[in-house]
Amino acid sequence: MSYEFLQQYWWFLVSLLGALLVFLLFVQGANSLVGSLGDDAEGRRLVINSTGRKWEFTFTTLVTFGGAFFASFPLFYSTSFGGAYWLWMIILFSFVLQAVSYEFQNKLGNLLGAKTFQFFLVLNGIVGPVLLGGAVATFFEGSNFIVAKENLVDVNSQLSTLNSQLPVISQWANASHGLDALLNPWVVVFGFAVFFLARILGTLYIINNVNDADIRSRANVRLMGSTIAFLVLFVAYLVHLLLKDGYAYDPVTGIISIEPYKYLHNFLEMWYLLVLLLIGVVLVLYGIIREYLNGKCQKEDVNCKSSNSKSIWPTGIGTVLTVLALLLCAGWNNTAYYPSTADLQSSLTIANSCSSEFTLTTMAYVSLLIPFVLAYIIVAWRKIDSKKLDKEEIRTDEAY
Amino acid sequence: MTHYLLSIDAGVVDWSRAQFALTAIYHWLFVPLTLGLAVIMGIVETCYYRTRKPFWKDAAKFWQKLFGVNFAMGVATGIILEFEFGTNWSNYSWFVGDIFGAPLAVEGIVAFFMESTFVAVMFFGWKKVSAGFHLASTWLTGLGATISAWWILVANAWMQNPVGCEFNPDTMRNEMVSFAEVALSPFAIDKFCHTVISAWIIGAVFVVAVCCWYLLKGREQKLAIESMKIAGIVGLVASIGAALTGHQSAARVAEVQPMKLAAMEALYNGGIDQSLTGIALINPFAQPDYEQEAEAPMKIAVPYALSILATNDPHGYVAGINDILNGYTKPDGTQELSIDEKIERGKLAINALAGYRQAKFASSDDGSVASAHLKVLQENMQYFGYGYLRDKSEAVPFVPINFYAFRVMVGVGCLLILFFMVVLFFLYKKDITTAPKWLHWSAIVMVPLAYIASESGWLVAEFGRQPWTIQDMLPTWASVSNLQSSSVIVTFFIFLALFTTMLAVEINILLKQIKKGPEYQS
Repeated sequence: MSYEFLQQYWWFLVSLLGALLVFLLFVQGANSLVGSLGDDAEGRRLVINSTGRKWEFTFTTLVTFGGAFFASFPLFYSTSFGGAYWLWMIILFSFVLQAVSYEFQNKLGNLLGAKTFQFFLVLNGIVGPVLLGGAVATFFEGSNFIVAKENLVDVNSQLSTLNSQLPVISQWANASHGLDALLNPWVVVFGFAVFFLARILGTLYIINNVNDADIRSRANVRLMGSTIAFLVLFVAYLVHLLLKDGYAYDPVTGIISIEPYKYLHNFLEMWYLLVLLLIGVVLVLYGIIREYLNGKCQKEDVNCKSSNSKSIWPTGIGTVLTVLALLLCAGWNNTAYYPSTADLQSSLTIANSCSSEFTLTTMAYVSLLIPFVLAYIIVAWRKIDSKKLDKEEIRTDEAY
Repeated sequence: MTHYLLSIDAGVVDWSRAQFALTAIYHWLFVPLTLGLAVIMGIVETCYYRTRKPFWKDAAKFWQKLFGVNFAMGVATGIILEFEFGTNWSNYSWFVGDIFGAPLAVEGIVAFFMESTFVAVMFFGWKKVSAGFHLASTWLTGLGATISAWWILVANAWMQNPVGCEFNPDTMRNEMVSFAEVALSPFAIDKFCHTVISAWIIGAVFVVAVCCWYLLKGREQKLAIESMKIAGIVGLVASIGAALTGHQSAARVAEVQPMKLAAMEALYNGGIDQSLTGIALINPFAQPDYEQEAEAPMKIAVPYALSILATNDPHGYVAGINDILNGYTKPDGTQELSIDEKIERGKLAINALAGYRQAKFASSDDGSVASAHLKVLQENMQYFGYGYLRDKSEAVPFVPINFYAFRVMVGVGCLLILFFMVVLFFLYKKDITTAPKWLHWSAIVMVPLAYIASESGWLVAEFGRQPWTIQDMLPTWASVSNLQSSSVIVTFFIFLALFTTMLAVEINILLKQIKKGPEYQS
C-alpha cells in the first residue's frame, strides 16, 4: 500500500463514517418531530422509545467519526476543533443533553420533569443536524483559519508571557470561532438541507419501526413537507456547488490554487462519483415516493395489502451514497477538503493534513475489523426490531 | 514559597486545564461504576442462566436498571473528553496526533460499537432474544466498556511515558514508529490493570452499600445477601489486586516519572534507604520551600518502605525534587542532567529545528546547513519540551495535591481491604442480617470514600505529570488552542452547571430506584 493510496483510503473511510452518520441522524429527525408525530403523551413516548433503541448508534458513529479524523487527519482535528470552537461546542452540548434525556425522562425523581428532557431531545433533533450539516458545508465553503507550523519554534512566542502569543500552529483568523460559518448563507442552506433530510429519514424510520396507525399516518404527512423543503434546499446547494470555484492543489509541489468549477470538474473526472451521486439521489426519491404511495394506498383502500413499505432502507442507502459521493468529491482529485478563506496555502488537503504512512498503515489493518463490527450490529439490530414497537410493549416491557 | 491560589493564571491555559479536569473528574464518577457493575450484573445474570431461577433474573434486571441510569452519564461526559483534545488542546492534537489519535480511533471502532450495540439488547431484549444471547449481550456490554478503558488508558499511559515514536522535523510533529510499543507499553498495562481493578471496587462497594441499606430497612434480604456474596468477593479480590498493581505502578512511575514520585512523597532530597512518609504537615495551598527545607515538617515515616515501593530494594535509590532539579547520578552510574541544562538543550533543539526549517526552504542552501541543524536537533531532541520552560521551578508539580491525594488513595484502599474482609466474614461466618448496624452504615459511608480514593488516584496521575501534557515532550502552554480565555470560561461554567445538574438528577433517580427496589416477576 503506497502512502498516496492510504491517504485516499482513509479519506474514503472518514467519508463513509460521515455518510453513515448523516443516515443515522434519523434519530434526530424523528425527535425533532416528536410533538407532531405523537398526539398524546403515550404517542410521544412511543416515538421516543422507537428512536431510543438506536440513539447510541448515532452517538457512537459521531464519536468514531471524530476519532477516525483524529487518527488519520490530525491537522484537521487540530484546526477545525480548536478553531471552530463554538460551532463544535454547541453540537457537543446538544448531544450531551440527548444522551441523558432518554434514560432520565421517564424515571422517577428526575428533578427536571419529563417535558424538560423531551425538550432536550427536540433541541438536539434540530440543532444537531443543522450544525453538523453546517460543519460539513465548510468542506466546500471554507473556514477562516491560518496554519503556520513555524509558530512552534518561534522563540519570541515561546518566551513570551502566557496570555500573549502562544506557540500554536493553527489559528482562527477571527474572534467568532466557528460561528462565522453561519453567516455564509450557503452553509445555512446545506445545514437545513441535512436537517430536512434527517426529518425524512426519521419519519420513514418511525413508519417502519412503529406499529401505530395514527403515528404512521401523521408521519406520512410530515414526510411530504420535509421532502419539499429538502429538495428545494438540496437542489439549490447542488447547483451552487457545481458552479462554484474550488481549491485545487498540485500533488507535486503542494501549492494550492483556485480552480473555477472545481467540483463540477471533479464529478466529470471521477465519473463513478457522479454515478454514485445519481444512484443515491434516485434511491432517496424512490423511498420517499414509495412511502407516499403506500400511505395513500392505506388511507384510501382499507384492503391495501402493503402495510409496510420499508422505505427507510432505499432512502437510507441513497443517503449514504449521496453523502459519500459529496465527501469524496470534497477530498479526492487533488482538492483541498478544508479550504482556508484567510490564507489559500493554509488550506487542508488529504496530503498535507494526514498522519504518517506508518500510522495510516496500522490503522488500515484495524479498519479490517469494520465488516465484523457491521455484521454484529446488523444481527443485534434485526433481533431488536424483530417485532414492531407498539403502545402495548411500552406499557408492559422495558421502556424509556 | 509560591502561594498556589495566587499563582493561578487566569489565561486560556489554566482555564483549559480546569475544563479538562472538570470533565475528566465528572467522567470518572460514572465510568468506574459502569465497569464495576458490569462485572457484578454479568455474574448475577450468569447465575440466572445456569439455574433458570426467576430470582436471579429479577436481581439481574434490578442491577441493570441502576447500571443504565449511570451508563448514560458516562457516555455523555465521555464524548466531551474526546473532542476536548481538539477544541482545547489543538496544538497537542497536531504535535502528537499521529500517535495519540490511533488509540482513540481503535476505541471507537472496537469498543464503542460493541457497547452501544449490546447495551440496547441488554435493556430491551429480555423478551426478544434467547437467554444465552441476552447473557452474551450483558457480558459484551461490559467487555466493550473494558476494551474502551484499555484504549483510553493506553492513550493516557502514552502521555505519561511517550514510547514508540520519533520526531519528524519535516512535518513538525511526532510520528508513531511502533504500534506495539504504544499499545502494549508496560506503563499502559500497569495503568489498565490498576485502573480497571479499582473500578471493580467501586462497583462492589456500591452493591454492598445498596444491599446494606436494604438490610437496615429490613427488606429485600435475599437480594441483599446473594448480591453481597458476589460483590464482597469481587471487592476483596479487586482491593488486593489494586494494592498489588498500585505497587507495580509506583515502581513504574519511579522509573519514568521520578519528579511525580518525589512530589507524591514530598521528598525534597533523595538518596538510598528512603522511608515512606505516612503523614507530614504540608500547607495544602502552597508549594513547599523544597530548596531550603531538608524534609517535610512533622514527618512520620515507615523506614525503607519508599525504597521498596520504588525499586523493590530496601536500600534502593530514590531521587528527590532537588536531586532532579540539580542533576544526580543514577544507581547505574549514568548522570541525569539538571533541569537548567535540560532547558538549555531544549532551546538548542528548538532553535536547531527553526534553523533546519529555514535552511530547508532557502534556495541558497545546498543541504549542508540543514544537515548541521538536523544533527544538533537529533542530539538534543529528548529535551525538546524543556526548551519551552522559562525556569526550572516550572518542572516541579504542585506538591501538596500529589502528597495528600496519594495518601487518601492508599489509606482508603487499605480500609477497603479491611472492609470487604469484615463483610465476607459476616456473610459466611456470621449472620449479616443481624450484624451490628455500624457495619451496614459503614458500607454506605464507604461509597463516597471509595469515589474520593478513585478520583485521588487520577489527581496523582495528572497533577504529578505537570507541567507536561506529554512527559518531557510538551508542556501545557505549548499544547493549548489559541482561544480567548473568555470562551473557555463560558464553556467551563456551562459544563459545570450541566454536569452538576445531571449528577444531581442521576443520584436522585438512583436513590428512587433503590428505594423502589427490584420488581419481582416470580
